[in-house]
Amino acid sequence: MNNVILSVKNLEVTFKNGHESFTAVRDVSFDIYEGESFALVGESGSGKTTIGRTIIRINPATKGEITFAGKRISGVIDKALDSYVIRNIQMIFQDPMASLNERATIDYIVSEGLYNFNLFKDENERREKVFKALNDVGLLEEHAERYPHEFSGGQRQRICIARVLAMEPKFVIADEPISALDVSIRAQVLNLLRDLKQERGLSYLFIAHDLTVVRYFADRIAVIHQGELKELASTDELFARPLHPYTRSLLSAVPLPDPDVEKQKKLIVYDPGMHDYAKDKPTWREVFPGHFVQANEKEAAEYAAMYQ
Amino acid sequence: MPPIRELTDRRRTMNYDIATPILKVRDLVVKFRVRNKELTAIRKISLDLFDGETLAIVGESGSGKTVLTKTFTGMLESNGRIDAGSIEFEGRELVKIKSDRDWETIRGVKIATVFQDPMTSLNPLKKIGVQITEVIEKHQKLPKEEAYRIAVELMTKVGIKNAEKRFNDYPFQYSGGMRQRIVIAIALACKPKILICDEPTTALDVTIQAQILDLIRALQKDYGFTTIYITHDLGVVANVADRVAVMYAGQIIEYGTVREIFYDPRHPYTWALISSLPTLASRDEPLYAIPGTPPTLFNEIKGDAFAPRNRYALNIDFEEEPPFFPVSPTHFAKTWLLDPRAPFADPPLAVKLMRKKGNIYKEPAAEGSK
Repeated sequence: MNNVILSVKNLEVTFKNGHESFTAVRDVSFDIYEGESFALVGESGSGKTTIGRTIIRINPATKGEITFAGKRISGVIDKALDSYVIRNIQMIFQDPMASLNERATIDYIVSEGLYNFNLFKDENERREKVFKALNDVGLLEEHAERYPHEFSGGQRQRICIARVLAMEPKFVIADEPISALDVSIRAQVLNLLRDLKQERGLSYLFIAHDLTVVRYFADRIAVIHQGELKELASTDELFARPLHPYTRSLLSAVPLPDPDVEKQKKLIVYDPGMHDYAKDKPTWREVFPGHFVQANEKEAAEYAAMYQ
Repeated sequence: MPPIRELTDRRRTMNYDIATPILKVRDLVVKFRVRNKELTAIRKISLDLFDGETLAIVGESGSGKTVLTKTFTGMLESNGRIDAGSIEFEGRELVKIKSDRDWETIRGVKIATVFQDPMTSLNPLKKIGVQITEVIEKHQKLPKEEAYRIAVELMTKVGIKNAEKRFNDYPFQYSGGMRQRIVIAIALACKPKILICDEPTTALDVTIQAQILDLIRALQKDYGFTTIYITHDLGVVANVADRVAVMYAGQIIEYGTVREIFYDPRHPYTWALISSLPTLASRDEPLYAIPGTPPTLFNEIKGDAFAPRNRYALNIDFEEEPPFFPVSPTHFAKTWLLDPRAPFADPPLAVKLMRKKGNIYKEPAAEGSK
């Protein structure tokens, strides 16, 4: 197994608004290994984006600890470490229409990070880096002089990816990178992200609500519901033996492009009230090797029995 | 909310009647005037909609699927116009209707639309209940008390618990899924003959999406309306549709029953759509991506619009527009590959897998294939 590149331990994120407070993420722990794509899957409001934003230090962690390449990056950190984090953890956002500065050329957008960190010796080197990043995502050098509105949605998402690549990060957080794109364009962007992983050994945190996309892209998947992890397993394992009723409801809800299957399908509806946690409290348990689920003693036995 | 399991079990019992088209579109051409140039958004579409069926229209953004259905309710933007063709509904020629007053006897009453984003299709300053009753009062000319009764009944029907209590809530007090339920209730308030669902679940979570699709299906059974789904999600299509029309660059390029389109697609664009789905892909191979972009509709398109992106394109595809070739009495595709003179085209792997699953594809007669 590779080294752990990012580790999240007992993370809690609480938003305060006057006297009201809302805990968006509760006691979340996971490790991401070097060269791995790790997916966080959940509905809107489940806290998956908050976790991503906490890792890149947009939201502060209320409790718990995040370490990146062995260094603690949550809480108060010094300036050198802060710029190390910014350089090495980059984020791709959901909507390429909203995440590019409409008044800047592609050349500037891609090199903004390079300017901020003085990552080039001279103008020639900067241009080279920009061109290389554009080439890597399948755009042309001539595109550098254009403005975002001259590009289609798929091309814009490539520009966002080029901007990330120019920084040569170790770790990329992709927050629903293809949700806003057309079906025929999705494949292009997914392929690109995959190739980059293979070529450069990038590690990903892939945030999504669509399990079918994740099945194709991720090595391991964590399912999150209302701020708590419910299940974590390798992709094949999770699809072969989903344990938690919430995971099973998610799997049943995804419409498959197969009419005969789809028209026979029974929806599973998850009701959080179904758990009897009054006496027997749930904990994070390893039911099968590498396959974790939130369950109490009784449930864990039932889950294990499902696939005997 | 109604018990979902029960709804799912009742699925697919309804049949539609091929003999009686409720809506007939013939050779429809829609043009838009954009910055002194003319754009042809719909290029000669003919389509029958059968009473009681669910038709799904699939295509990428810009293919014209929304524009097509907007012509049914007279909701084209002011720079757009119907250039040619006819739309016949209940013996009336919709293309000839000009005044908004005339449209009001159809739009919302006979043909209603559920839009993509429930966040923007409700008035944030008005109570939920009032937004339903005002439709009933306006179109059915019923007194207030009667409208209230119907509104509460509708809210219960679409799965709002404590409808009477929630009648006085405002949209911000509702979640996205609940709001879409209200939008559906408003659309159904006048008991329309046709319900157009324009990406009704794209803005919603998967679990909520599944519930809304089930809800529409159950209501269709109750109220007996005909449904048109506009979507780019082939999973949703497989779930809801009886028949499917695939659109590309302002034209329908293939249509057939849902099984025919998924298990025996014939147009290379339909092949490409199916091959690019991550669900069907093996994890060790790159996904099939359609190269290039759709053509601009400002210029006249010569030949098959998909030809420049099509790896199965024949020479004639760049010269002459293909006609519709019949595959079965219900299945037609607009591709020269179906011409008897065309060479054999070996479809992508994903399509072959689907053929196997569906078991309706017949190998062509042995003579030419060897």
